[in-house]
Amino acid sequence: MAEMAIKKKRPKNLDLPTIRLPLPGILSIIHRISGAALFLLLPFLLWLFESSLTSAETFASFREVVDHGLVKLILLGLIWFYMHHFCAGIRYLLLDVHIGADLKSAVLSSKIVFGVSIALTLIVGVQVLW
Amino acid sequence: MVNRILVGAHYGLKDWIIQRATAIVMAVYTVIFLVVIGSVGPDSLESWRGVFAGGFMRFATFLFFISLFYHAWIGIRDIWMDYIKPDGLRLLLMIATATVLVGYAGWAIRILWRM
Repeated sequence: MAEMAIKKKRPKNLDLPTIRLPLPGILSIIHRISGAALFLLLPFLLWLFESSLTSAETFASFREVVDHGLVKLILLGLIWFYMHHFCAGIRYLLLDVHIGADLKSAVLSSKIVFGVSIALTLIVGVQVLW
Repeated sequence: MVNRILVGAHYGLKDWIIQRATAIVMAVYTVIFLVVIGSVGPDSLESWRGVFAGGFMRFATFLFFISLFYHAWIGIRDIWMDYIKPDGLRLLLMIATATVLVGYAGWAIRILWRM
């Protein structure tokens, strides 16, 4: 029985461009992409944190890097990734305890996650970067 | 007849819980951190060091980093398990992930206690 359940052929549609992901699905894949990107950039972020705290020389090079226009843009993107991961994560914690698990609330809470994370990104980004 | 499919010793429940526990630690720290940088930003070395020199912030930041690295281990391992099918490559990527995360933990501790 169990083996049959595993081997049962199910229809597959992996033609990605034809799949229209609903909003909670978009939230979910950005949750994964943002987590992966933050992981990949950990050495850069740790280096920034270290140089911001170590000495006058390292602090000066920290400021120089952070004040570069392109770096500011990258950091703004990372702040959005962090805020999205944070807000979507709280939504998942609520789903774990069965809050907002029906379709209507799931779509609404996805909209809230996008709205709040973008608002937080702008507030924190302007506060920290400019 | 027990009609269930065994896929692991404890079905990943421990990791599932740790992923959420570490998320809560990081979420609480994020709120604290945002409140703190609302008044003190990284504008001068002295004031910025002052933020992390206090016992509470140093320990809270340490807890945040440890939670972050454990959380990242579970998340990245899940990504390898979802997309990387060859066992050898998957194992290699998992070992590499665990190795750099342990290294980052050492680095984070050095940053916090050598500043």
